Amino acid sequence: MSKRVGTEASFAIADAAILADVDVVAAYPITPQTHIVEHLSEVVADGELNAEFICVESEHSAMSACLGSAAAGARTFTATAGQGLELMHEVLYIASSMRLPIVMAVSNRALSGPLNVWGDHSDVMATRDCGWIQYFTENAQEVFDLSLCAFKIAEDPNVLFPVMVHMDGFNVSHVVEPLEMLEKDDIGDFIPPMNFPHPLDPNKPVTMGAFAPPVLYTECRKSQEEALRPSKQTIIKVWNEFGERFGRQYKPVETYKTEDADTLLIAIGSFTETATVAVDTLRAKGEKVGLVRMRLWRPFPFDELRDAVKDAEKLIVFDRCISYGGPGGPLCSEIKSALYGSKEQKPVVNFIGGLGGRDITPEQFEQMFSRGREIIDNNLDIQYETIGVRE
Amino acid sequence: MAKKDFEMTWKDITVGCIIHEPGSAAQYKTGDWRSQVPVWDKAKCVKCGRCFGFCPEPCIVQDEEGYYEADLYWCKGCGICAHECPKGAITIEQEEK
Ligand code: SF4
Ligand code: SF4
Repeated sequence: MSKRVGTEASFAIADAAILADVDVVAAYPITPQTHIVEHLSEVVADGELNAEFICVESEHSAMSACLGSAAAGARTFTATAGQGLELMHEVLYIASSMRLPIVMAVSNRALSGPLNVWGDHSDVMATRDCGWIQYFTENAQEVFDLSLCAFKIAEDPNVLFPVMVHMDGFNVSHVVEPLEMLEKDDIGDFIPPMNFPHPLDPNKPVTMGAFAPPVLYTECRKSQEEALRPSKQTIIKVWNEFGERFGRQYKPVETYKTEDADTLLIAIGSFTETATVAVDTLRAKGEKVGLVRMRLWRPFPFDELRDAVKDAEKLIVFDRCISYGGPGGPLCSEIKSALYGSKEQKPVVNFIGGLGGRDITPEQFEQMFSRGREIIDNNLDIQYETIGVRE
Repeated sequence: MAKKDFEMTWKDITVGCIIHEPGSAAQYKTGDWRSQVPVWDKAKCVKCGRCFGFCPEPCIVQDEEGYYEADLYWCKGCGICAHECPKGAITIEQEEK
């Protein structure tokens, strides 16, 4: 029977990994992800989880150990944040190209310098193109549910890709919240045993991670891309099955009060919860505004996004990351390219804020709506504006 | 191997680019890399086997008389054998192709 408990989101993720009965955890502690692996190392040490906990000397080694473990057919979990994710960077690409179903929780954190351990999306966005399935969660319940789903998605024979489950550092990771905790009996056969098709086996030797000269590299890249794109169908299928079995439904793009809205705010991560307060306030004043919450980040949900914004006239995108010297925030760039040239193309303004753990209040979201509409209505040539910065 | 590298389309690439045939590295013609070639002088050779042991490929084979020579399908012309030979029995020469 599922039970309602109060717990920190980080512990909830660790509990999801325990429920999924992971075989190997290779991780290095880094704020704000430490509680996840700390909890896992405790349950392994206490004999509550029959798994190998590999203490490594860096995140580069953590991901490298995960490669070996997943390649051997073991269900593999790790977690990291900020600088740690960047230190893993080159190995992330190897995990996805080798199609290893590793699950990793990321407590999104700002990047140095200056040194900052608090939340924003600089770390995620730098790993955007590493070939992993990536999605965002907004609270402890979501991160628990969607971490469980991550194992099922990653290991599906039609997918076989590593999955990153993102949650905002501190704003989600360290918050104690009530949530519906599933138990072993509830899960049943939701996550079937790991059945990696070609595990390393001395009796049936294979070569993994070979090299591809120019004559083959393009074909390898294309085959990877052609496999990642349709994984969206399996992701949706798994989320639907989760919804049917456990009553909580997740979608690649979720909407809040978007019916009849002329202006939509698009955001990703936990700040969308704050944005709903702004939407409620403005709606109470009769303003036709709504919110689009991006959940699936890779593969990018083009159709779902276009569908979510089709009836709106103006779009305002909020980013928690700067693309230095670029077009603004990475989320906004993606939204613009997803809509450019489609029949849903419409004016888009970008706000950047919530960097390095700075809060964004409901009032600031209201400001984004009014200032955003002002920029669009007056055709102002502004690439993006920073919200909440002292000028 | 059914298809040559240059005939393979992206649909022929296995999941994770895994190579299912063990020992397939032997098919890779590293001899293509070579611009120089080792030449043995049997008169100087004492059959110590040092070149055989040091060849990184390893592509040095022994003939019926016990002398050594390189299998040019794999020999990369790296010159390690010549460097290691205690008798100076191997010279590295420019290869005419
Ligand atoms: S040149 Fe290098 S590869 Fe060729 S036989 Fe000598 S050691 Fe081996
Ligand atoms: S190292 Fe020199 S002497 Fe020894 S076997 Fe090889 S060629 Fe002959």
